Amino acid sequence: MATPQPERPLTRAELVAWARDLYDDLDFTSVRRWLSEHPGRKAGGYLPVYAPRELLHAAGFLPVGIHGGGDRLEIIRGDAFYQSYICHLPRSVIELAQSGRLDMLSAVLFPSTCDVIRNLSGMWKLLYPDVYVRYIDVPQVPDPAAAAHFWEGELRRLLHDLSEVSGHQPTDDDLRASIAVYNEMREVLRTLYRARQERPWDVPTEELYLLMRAGEVIPPEEFLDRARAYLAAVEAEPHRQRDNSRVVITGAFCEQPPLGLIKSIERAGCYIVDDDFLLGNRFLTREVSLDGDPLRALAEAFVHNELRTSVLYEGDARGKKRLMQQRVSEARADGIIFAAPSFCDPALLDQPMLRSGAEQAGIPCIAFKYSENSGQFQQFREQAGTFSDSIKLWGGA
Amino acid sequence: MSCVVGIDLGSTTTKAIVLDEDGAVLGRGITNSRSNYDLAAAVARTEGFINARFGLIQQRLEATATAEPVDRLRRAFVMEQLLHQLRRLEQLLLDEAAKVTPAGLRAPFAEAIREICRRITAEEEGRFRQPPILRSDFFRDAAGSAFMRIAEEVADPAGVTFDRLVGAYDKCIIRAENEPLDLDFRDHIGNALRRLGHPAGLADAVEYAASKDLTPAATVGTGYGRARLPFAKEMIRSEILCHGLGAHAMFPGTRTVLDIGGQDTKAIQVDAQGIVTSFQMNDRCAAGCGRYLGYIADEMNLGLHELGPLAEQSRRCVKINSTCTVFAGAELRERLSLGEKREDILAGLHRAIVIRAMSLLARSGGVSDQFTFTGGVAKNPAAVRAIRELVQENYGERQLNISPDSIYTGALGAALFARRMVA
Amino acid sequence: MSVALKDRSMLLQKEMIASHFARLEKAPENHEPVVYTFVPGNLVELIRSFGALPVLPEINALQSGMRKLSGDYIAEAERLGHSEDVCAYVKCDIGMLRSGNIGPSGTKLPKPDLLLLSYTGCYTFMKWFELLREEYDCPAVFFHVPYQGDGVLEPEHREYMLRQLREQVIPALERATGRAYDEEALRERLALAAEAEDHLVAVLQSAKHKPSPIDGYFGTVYYVGPIFSAFRGTPEGVEYYRALHEEIDERRAAGLGPVTPEGPLNEQRYRLVVEGPPSWTHFRDFWKMFADEGAVVVASTYTKVGGTYDFGFRHNPNDPLGTLADYCSGCYTNLNLPSRIDMLVRYIREYEADGFVINSVKSCNSFSAGQLMILREVEKRTGIPGAFIESDLVDPRYFSTANIKNRLESYFQMLQARREGQHA
Repeated sequence: MATPQPERPLTRAELVAWARDLYDDLDFTSVRRWLSEHPGRKAGGYLPVYAPRELLHAAGFLPVGIHGGGDRLEIIRGDAFYQSYICHLPRSVIELAQSGRLDMLSAVLFPSTCDVIRNLSGMWKLLYPDVYVRYIDVPQVPDPAAAAHFWEGELRRLLHDLSEVSGHQPTDDDLRASIAVYNEMREVLRTLYRARQERPWDVPTEELYLLMRAGEVIPPEEFLDRARAYLAAVEAEPHRQRDNSRVVITGAFCEQPPLGLIKSIERAGCYIVDDDFLLGNRFLTREVSLDGDPLRALAEAFVHNELRTSVLYEGDARGKKRLMQQRVSEARADGIIFAAPSFCDPALLDQPMLRSGAEQAGIPCIAFKYSENSGQFQQFREQAGTFSDSIKLWGGA
Repeated sequence: MSCVVGIDLGSTTTKAIVLDEDGAVLGRGITNSRSNYDLAAAVARTEGFINARFGLIQQRLEATATAEPVDRLRRAFVMEQLLHQLRRLEQLLLDEAAKVTPAGLRAPFAEAIREICRRITAEEEGRFRQPPILRSDFFRDAAGSAFMRIAEEVADPAGVTFDRLVGAYDKCIIRAENEPLDLDFRDHIGNALRRLGHPAGLADAVEYAASKDLTPAATVGTGYGRARLPFAKEMIRSEILCHGLGAHAMFPGTRTVLDIGGQDTKAIQVDAQGIVTSFQMNDRCAAGCGRYLGYIADEMNLGLHELGPLAEQSRRCVKINSTCTVFAGAELRERLSLGEKREDILAGLHRAIVIRAMSLLARSGGVSDQFTFTGGVAKNPAAVRAIRELVQENYGERQLNISPDSIYTGALGAALFARRMVA
Repeated sequence: MSVALKDRSMLLQKEMIASHFARLEKAPENHEPVVYTFVPGNLVELIRSFGALPVLPEINALQSGMRKLSGDYIAEAERLGHSEDVCAYVKCDIGMLRSGNIGPSGTKLPKPDLLLLSYTGCYTFMKWFELLREEYDCPAVFFHVPYQGDGVLEPEHREYMLRQLREQVIPALERATGRAYDEEALRERLALAAEAEDHLVAVLQSAKHKPSPIDGYFGTVYYVGPIFSAFRGTPEGVEYYRALHEEIDERRAAGLGPVTPEGPLNEQRYRLVVEGPPSWTHFRDFWKMFADEGAVVVASTYTKVGGTYDFGFRHNPNDPLGTLADYCSGCYTNLNLPSRIDMLVRYIREYEADGFVINSVKSCNSFSAGQLMILREVEKRTGIPGAFIESDLVDPRYFSTANIKNRLESYFQMLQARREGQHA
């Protein structure tokens, strides 16, 4: 899919503005436009965290990430579905759906992130009986053979179902092509993350984040163009280095923080050098093999993955204790910000284990809760600012 | 005549409704709630009967005179009630003065008390001679602010200090309020007539009203959160049902009722007979209740009644994200520091409180035609505007009913249940 | 009715529980292996066939709640850094552990030789045992029971479970107990389980009678105790359920209602179905609110979390591992939302209920997320109004008596008014 090549490379500002427009757009205009370009095109949504987008892509869908309405959506109908002690994300997702903003989706995938998303899959079946709904139980068992076998079966079943919806039965070559595109996407994201780690002043997290959010509503091929353009723009327009602390932010892998929160943290003197924002887009840490059966390869890649996260069972008894130390050392960070959405079981239940491991390793930590529609950032600014100062004054890990 | 009574023990006010044998409202009574529930109910009921009797006087004079003499009589009556309560309060305060230490302060303390009460009486007499102004009818409110003000003038920092006076007042007002009543219609109406110089034509109507037997055939009580309501179990109805029935009686086309009270919010669906078919309550979280506006008023140093009109001046509604009361103040301050206008922020806050109500309505089954809005917040023009807009946006055209007597909705429902018992 | 028969099942249960905890206390010195697991998807027959003793932390937590100990345990866990937003069962368990690990019967609980993480219908279970693994530094085996997303147990999912049992769970039990897998022993226990299940289902279905001889929620929570914990697949378990069955038959024949803490409820004004777990900290108060209004619960969904037997499932000794997979998959918490709605509607119809109540607990997203939709759907399908109240499992801070009483009283008055309206 070719995007029109501009006469000159896009500037950083232009790319960020383009990304911001897509981020702000709660009507999914870009998706609707894509659908209108050819008859018979379909769009398939997925909730956080991990969904096998390659399958959607191969079956002819545009994969669309559903990340709620953030702080830009007034919740009226959504609150009628959820009590006050459940996180905010499903409310805004229901609000988007009930207000017709998701009516362009022919399929929605619900990964096994937590019980709230799990139950939402059942609600969706009742609310939208004409939409294909599948709950994706990712394999959790540490035994790779059993897990891979199970997962391959799930992927096969999913692909079969998606093909029926789209009317396009992909060949193995189609699958490999889709896997290749997403391999590239993951690689470019790793490059961006590495660049940010090396020169965080040149890759502000606000910009990186907007770019990634844009990537959730456009074809991966277009994202690749833009991401590479951004990398080039970063080279062409470097920023001044500041004396900021380097922090890892963890816990925001599902319900996303408002952009203002990310900005507040950066402005308070922190460079975010690693995070788990939109973790699903780089869930597989290594390239998926294009040899042999593509679904088997995809299944194996998931099962043999190195990523450790709250939504997957940790088979290693020492795993949780060590995890933050590993992440901090890989990112050459000074400290950790545990940022969890209110009422988020995965993030909040993991936190004590992760934090005690970090503190035992002498890593400075702070923690706070947010929701996707947190309205005022004063307290986050203060906390992050104090944290950053204290790290600089008294040293890091 | 065979009448029935409904009493609603609310968290802030206790209301009573007296219905005649045809089910028409004969009288309404209201008083501030207090720790002695029996007394609060008794006071509200007595006020209701007094109001009923004035209604009878009115009726009697209908053919012959205008409303004016009855209103003056009512004012005179209220004046007599107030003076009576003031004398009682004075007595309690003098009892306190007699116990003050050091003993040397006792005489000056008593004198200060007498002086304050003299001045309050003089002020009230003066006020009585002027045209009536809008003010709270509750003794506690009238006496309290006057006492504080005059005590400041009368206090002596070296002797009978302001704090001592206020301390004595606080102790005694509670006692005064929680004492059994002896306020009867006949007790004060005579004095009131005398005060007015026995106007012609009134005596006969007064006698007619005073001699009417208003012993109720049944009394039903309702109220929330009371471990024990001062009624027999079979004479209690849930306030949800009373509220639904009351709203339906006021507006028979009602199918959805929203009550935003000070402490809780209720969304109620009723059928064609006014019987509740579904309800949802928010009674744990201050957001979406009147309390939320109370916090905002405090934060902005405004009176509660000023919030709505100020919000109405907004041209641009600021979107407020956190509906949580705990953060409301913080968000408000942040917005102000960012240069947002007060009226715009207020408009946003009003919208936020209404959005919570909309969720509750959605949970209870939506907003059907007609839609009746009750509770203190229903008097707030900005809240009403926000309700109208949001209902329109989400449900389409709905007739919105608001009654100036909506505070009596629960008591009315209770009275109607009482009526069913004797029917 | 003889006193001996009436009290017999209660006495049996008391004995069973007491001796179980006594045995647990002695387990370390007697070298009896101990396996911790969860109620949904509990593989008690398998565990016991290895000569190991099961411990169910959920039951410890709920017992702590009933004995008013949970508040302190939760406070302790929160002091240790656990969030106020997360499941109170987990916090109660961590708090209990850190306070000496004295179980609800007053005896010390043994450390686990194995954590059998039956991942059945609840994400939090995963975190719970990850936490316990850190506390106890012991082996854990993960048994993944796939969620019934489409409302059925898919053949591939069944295969996956069988494979895990053969390749992971059984070897882990062998390592933890030092014994070999004994299929014959397992089959025997499965046969006993099926027998107990027959009796239990008879007891559950006795509530179809008017008046109901049981309370299908408050009372039944006691009845399912043995079968959800350590006693399914044991001879004592069968004896208990047989005795219970007889007693309930007698009550039904005599037209008697259930025994509540306030006395027998023979005059039953309202028949209700309940969805959601009870509040354990305020169990009696909560029950009283129903009993005072003459409301008897005729069926509930919570009493199916440890297995759904009243729609036909029985443990099948002829397919020992397959039947374990079938059992796990059918536990209530593993059913999808549409199936849960179907179950509620079915209960309302089959048990001729006048109303239904949803008790939404803050701790449990597995139950609570989506209950507002369940409320509306069930109302739509049955035409019967539902009550919606909010509390918690074992966190006493989240039970507001005035709040809940108000809602329930209003609900009962609403039902009464509807009844009168229908006869008018």
